Amino acid sequence: MILSGFILSFMIGGILAWMAALKNLVLARWISLITVCFNLFIVIILWVQHLQGDESQSAWILDFSLPWIPRFGIGFHLALDGLSLLMLLLTFFLGALSVLISWKEIQHQVGLYHFCLLWVLAGITGVFLAMDLFLFFFFWEVMLIPMFFLIIIWGHENSRYAAFKFFIFTQASGLLMLVAILGLYFVHANQTGTFTFDYFQLLGADIPSGAAMWLMLGFLAAFIVKLPVIPFHTWLPDAHSQAPTAGSLILAGLLLKTGAYGLLRFIVPLFRDQAVAIAPWAMAIGVFGIIYGAILAFSQTDLKRLVAYTSVSHMGFIMLGVFSFNMIATQGVVMQMITHGISTGALFILAGIIYERIHTRDITRMGGFWKSMPFLGTCGLIFAMASLGLPGLGNFVAEFLVLVGAWQATHKLTIIATIGLVAATIYSLRILQKVFYGNQSATHGLADLSFREKLVMIVLVVSLIWLGLFPQPVLNTSRPSVNVILETTASSDENGTRNPKIITIKQKRYTHE
Amino acid sequence: MNDLLWLIPALPFLGSIILILAGTRLSKKSVPLIGVGSVGVSALITLLIGYDFISSDTPPVIKQVLWNWIDVAGFSPSIALHLDSLSLVFIFVITFIGFLIHVYSSEFMVDDDGYARFFAYLNLFVGSMLILVLADNLLLLYFGWEGVGLCSYLLIGFWYQEEKNGYAARKAFIMTRVGDTAMAIGLFMIFKTFGTLNITDIQLQAPVMWEIGATEGTIIAFLLLGGAVGKSAQLPLQTWLPDAMAGPSPVSALIHAATMVTAGVYLITRMHVVFELAPTAQFVVGVIGSVTLLIAGFSALTQYDLKRVLAYSTISQLGYMFLALGVGAWSAAIFHFMIHAFFKALLFLAAGAVIMALHHEHDMFKMGGLRKKLPVIYWTFLIGAASLAALPLITAGFFSKDQILWLAWAGEKGNVWFFLVALSGAFITAVYTFRMVFLTFFGEEKSHVTHIPGSFINIPLIILAILSTLAGFIELPHSFGHFQLFTNFLNPLLPATTLQSEIESTEWMIQVSAAALSIGGTLLAYYLYVKRPSLHAQFKSAVPQLHNFLLHGWRFDSLYDWVFVKPFVYLAAINKNDFVDWPYNALVNVASFIHRMFAFTQSGILRWYLIGVVLGAILILTLGLML
Repeated sequence: MILSGFILSFMIGGILAWMAALKNLVLARWISLITVCFNLFIVIILWVQHLQGDESQSAWILDFSLPWIPRFGIGFHLALDGLSLLMLLLTFFLGALSVLISWKEIQHQVGLYHFCLLWVLAGITGVFLAMDLFLFFFFWEVMLIPMFFLIIIWGHENSRYAAFKFFIFTQASGLLMLVAILGLYFVHANQTGTFTFDYFQLLGADIPSGAAMWLMLGFLAAFIVKLPVIPFHTWLPDAHSQAPTAGSLILAGLLLKTGAYGLLRFIVPLFRDQAVAIAPWAMAIGVFGIIYGAILAFSQTDLKRLVAYTSVSHMGFIMLGVFSFNMIATQGVVMQMITHGISTGALFILAGIIYERIHTRDITRMGGFWKSMPFLGTCGLIFAMASLGLPGLGNFVAEFLVLVGAWQATHKLTIIATIGLVAATIYSLRILQKVFYGNQSATHGLADLSFREKLVMIVLVVSLIWLGLFPQPVLNTSRPSVNVILETTASSDENGTRNPKIITIKQKRYTHE
Repeated sequence: MNDLLWLIPALPFLGSIILILAGTRLSKKSVPLIGVGSVGVSALITLLIGYDFISSDTPPVIKQVLWNWIDVAGFSPSIALHLDSLSLVFIFVITFIGFLIHVYSSEFMVDDDGYARFFAYLNLFVGSMLILVLADNLLLLYFGWEGVGLCSYLLIGFWYQEEKNGYAARKAFIMTRVGDTAMAIGLFMIFKTFGTLNITDIQLQAPVMWEIGATEGTIIAFLLLGGAVGKSAQLPLQTWLPDAMAGPSPVSALIHAATMVTAGVYLITRMHVVFELAPTAQFVVGVIGSVTLLIAGFSALTQYDLKRVLAYSTISQLGYMFLALGVGAWSAAIFHFMIHAFFKALLFLAAGAVIMALHHEHDMFKMGGLRKKLPVIYWTFLIGAASLAALPLITAGFFSKDQILWLAWAGEKGNVWFFLVALSGAFITAVYTFRMVFLTFFGEEKSHVTHIPGSFINIPLIILAILSTLAGFIELPHSFGHFQLFTNFLNPLLPATTLQSEIESTEWMIQVSAAALSIGGTLLAYYLYVKRPSLHAQFKSAVPQLHNFLLHGWRFDSLYDWVFVKPFVYLAAINKNDFVDWPYNALVNVASFIHRMFAFTQSGILRWYLIGVVLGAILILTLGLML
């Protein structure tokens, strides 16, 4: 019940905000802020309860199921496990920040804006909770369309191009996923006679390996375009740089994570053999992305575009980690999803704050901002350090875990990925140099942050440091889910590492209880 | 008392946090109170713990687990501290010299806008460095390792408005990060091999796991060496250190002389078990050390900038430490680290005072005659310089360097080449050291003294000068006294160096020749720069290429520029618009081209439509007839 409440509250909150904006803009903002914060509050309570509870046998914490279109085996099935819980925390956390950060930035169509914002969040929440593939696809679309409007209406100078590009890339790949979902549905029905889209029942499907490869590729297409993986990343720099600040924040912080989530939730458990088969390629392409994204980030002069390419680079770690198929790397991937969401979101907020003051994203026209905005400078320093993987901040834990885990699977690729850390250093320091150091370039008065902006920044900084020093609560929360995803019950050795070849032989199916 | 161990790193961190948060709102008086005070209390606790440590019969090992950091499937490093005699030496140097440098900075930086920011970074540095040497596992060590790198970056670029300072800062960070990458890969390998990153466990398991010369052990040793080479500015990653002098002088003293740059020495010493099992890697450590000490020594001979001489000298002295590590003279390396920390911090601080007194003049050839104007600086600088040049018997540097020379010759892993390099290095050291002294303090006055340092600058100098002299007497060679307090203190932890079997009683010969060379070097410098100052100018104009080659640090920068920097920048620049986007754009262009073609046919002109209908009909009829 709570689970559907999350989604419904966003949808209703969005409509209320839209209506309220007809009378009072501030009220609309407050409505959406309260909606997100309320949900954040609830999910924090859920998390704290979960952490205090004993480690229960089942990885699933909450389950909610209603028949929707029973004739086709479509159910309104939501379920929450540790992984989804963490993703919801991230969603609501960044959601609250995106409302706060739009407070002054968005001045026209305020009601519609908040409607779109909350509906995107509703879609994302649904994606992280849906345990029915049809429902999953439904939410996958729900998050796409309001996002399209966020970019096109409130975006920057070239927003039409960016919005359409974003839409076409996502839609085309989503279509492939729909085909794959239907394929899986019919294959399963052929074998068992039951027509169902239910995740847990489909997990048991025994798919002929030829078909399985194609079905897997269909799912994979949607996820690696969202993630994104080279060469499907080119929508991202455009969409990120043209979207309004909150749009970039949600794109980088959440939408990319739905791709990573899809890999973990669907690709690995549903198509294990196929995933193992493509693992070397997937890892290689991920590692290539790490380096390629970093080099491109270095050459950009548009601050938001630069940060967008760093996302391409960081998402390479997700590919590397997911396809290493071991506990350490996968836990690293979960950490990376969260910490990258926060740190990159933070960099986009920083770019937005600067844009509000000087109305440009061109870093060649920035410089020396430390003098007038020391508070922002300190925060920017911390975000840049997070981005280059400085120990003590969350991203280090994530990337180090991925690399330690990946080392068990592949040496060469791990070495190249580690070299990516040097490239990350180069572009991160370039941001600092161009924006905050050097001679003060802008002559207009730059006000340091307002209270609202400071609040946002402090929350981001504290959460990054907290994740860097005390990542264990997060790791504990995701462990049961990751265990289920990897099936590391019997065949793991004490390091939690497994030889993928063994998995294919000892493959066991698990059933939903 | 031992329970207070965690406070030693925690206090500087706390100081840093307070200064960052409250920074600009604090008064000029309360900033140093927090900044200096936090390190001062840390130093005090270190002394107390150190007293307990020394006075107990069996040297204890203090472990303190603060919390579990990460725990995933057997990968479970914790935030835990480990104090033994080796880390005690390091935390003593870090907190005590750190404290003196903080005191010095409270006067040196007082007029700077970023007064609070400076102390915040400096405190952050001290905290990270303490974590580095107190870490009980390699991941926490890596935490400190990267933390000090960050602080080094921040402090080199402290005066951020100058473009070149930012460049130097980035260079330092990126180059050390190259080494860190090797080290990180080393950690992955270590974890895969041992299933843990705990240092004590690794030391216990390594000899069981590997025989001497095992490939895996050798690779790991080389990877760790990569990290050490980056941090300690050894060949081939040494070029960042001279540029790092862009930072304020106290920073050069603390980070780029006394503490951070010795992290590599610490790492190798800490992992000495691994290096002993990998003789090839250990030999390479020695080779790197000896080559670096010569290269940097020669470069130091030609510099104009007072601080750059000291920077090259630091690289060279670190080369000595690496040489010592390479021959397995573990405690000799650590002893030289400590003594070097004293005299090099002293030299940097004194140089900073000189530069401040001359209103930011760095060029030694524009100084001179400061002996009378700045007597305290002169005398302390002279004592430091004597120690660096290892003038016999009266200086601490003599005793620490002598030990390295002796073991490079007589140690089991030593050889005549290591020894000769070290010996000629001693001569070069004496020459460039006293070149510096004579140019700065002797001769005629060329720049006007605008600022006389006060007591917060003088007192740390005097204390360091005393240490640079007296600290040598805690470790006396075999030939006189054979009083080995320091070695004995480290002994159970760091094994004594085995000597070659037939070498006996040549130690005094080595001492005499080293002493003769350092005195000779001093005299040569006197001759060249006081007696016949025209001579060195003649030399310079006789071989200008050689002079420039040495001045620019053997042109390593140009080499790296061509091999790494330029291709990277070029590659990035040509692909700024991401060629992956081309096929997509091509698709769009083709689609819109076809669209335009079809749109063209829909012209609204009836004649065209009729022609179209007729042509179509003819085409269909023709086809129908032909088929």
